[in-house]
Amino acid sequence: MSKLVDARGLSCPQPVIKTLNAIKTADTSEIVVLVDTDTAKENVIRAAKSESWDEIDIKEEDGAYRITIRK
Amino acid sequence: MKNVLATRRGIICVGAVIGILAILLQYFGNPVNMGVCVACFLRDTTGALGLHRAPVVQYVRPEIIGFVLGSFVAAIVFKEFRPRTGSAPIIRFVLGAFAMIGALIFLGCPWRALQRLAGGDFNAILGLIGLFVGIWIGTLFLKNGYNLGVTQKTRSSVGWVFTIIMIGLLILVLLNPQIEGESQSGVLFYSIEGPGSMHAPFIISIVFGLIIGFLAQRSRFCTMGAIRDLILFRHMHLFLGIAGLFIAALIMNLILNQFNPGFANQPIAHTMHIWNFGGMVLAGLAFTLAGGCPGRQLFLSGEGDGDAAIFVVGMIAGAAFAHNFGLASSGAGATTAGIIALFIGLIVCLAIGFTMRERV
Repeated sequence: MSKLVDARGLSCPQPVIKTLNAIKTADTSEIVVLVDTDTAKENVIRAAKSESWDEIDIKEEDGAYRITIRK
Repeated sequence: MKNVLATRRGIICVGAVIGILAILLQYFGNPVNMGVCVACFLRDTTGALGLHRAPVVQYVRPEIIGFVLGSFVAAIVFKEFRPRTGSAPIIRFVLGAFAMIGALIFLGCPWRALQRLAGGDFNAILGLIGLFVGIWIGTLFLKNGYNLGVTQKTRSSVGWVFTIIMIGLLILVLLNPQIEGESQSGVLFYSIEGPGSMHAPFIISIVFGLIIGFLAQRSRFCTMGAIRDLILFRHMHLFLGIAGLFIAALIMNLILNQFNPGFANQPIAHTMHIWNFGGMVLAGLAFTLAGGCPGRQLFLSGEGDGDAAIFVVGMIAGAAFAHNFGLASSGAGATTAGIIALFIGLIVCLAIGFTMRERV
């Protein structure tokens, strides 16, 4: 079971805020973050790594990125 | 493909390159401690178009055109061009206008604040503290669910329009070039004295602008984001960029013997500490609520963000109001009208912060 954060269409710092909130309240070891700009993708990855959720998998699907982060 | 400019080392290098190019632009003729100032340059461009008539600040700054076109090229080359708009454009317009008014009370945007300090102008310390406080207030709103809503993917024309406007401006300059000693050339105004009359040669300005636009788009360089991320997340990444800018500019100034420390008699600056501080509180808050410093808004405009473009148009309108209504400071200090506008701006920004909230 993974938690989903949909940050598509939101500009920075919203995707990072939402990702970090999800990490804080996570009861799962996997979070999926959807973003649609490269900047948001980089920022989310950087934020996840800083929280040691550093197993990261990125898939591109119809103009958006599906970033899976794990502890 | 890995984006090397968005790494830690990349952002430091981009900041340093901007610092070096800024000081070189000053060396080649731009005003002192104003090698690159996004707010000032938009204000000068606004004046050149006759939207305000302050004779000392009228010149189409090629750096601005370069910023947008450089970012546009980077976005196209690296397939990051994404036409989008619809995230509270009218709010962004208002934020842009008040950001400009705040910046012109201080006499510079965050970019210039860093260059002023690197040139020894200690009044910039008050401005930077104000910027910090403004951004801090903004982060309180961000923590409480403030955002401007979701943007929408849209048709290409929306993404292209700001770049095309810049190309139009470039054509206008080429058709109406500066005439030595004349305050007007065709439809464009040119300062014959004051900061607007000081500029590097056109070709240097535009080339340096293109380089900065390209690098900044790739690295996501943002002077407001630098401080915001530090306060909000304790993330140093973007802050390293502005640190790179400051240190490179400082070293360049020392090498070129341009470092003149002190508060009094600093170029295009005043010593009214409280209004240097207050102006930047307003600007910092407005930038934070809009999600980017004035430079970042130009780079986003180049990569197709129609909302950022509206913020820039707001800044242009703000510059026109600032000079038409006498809100902008001068070397003599802040004006009464400017101080009134500052408080109106703060009230408006706080109202936006409180009302544009999503329950969390």
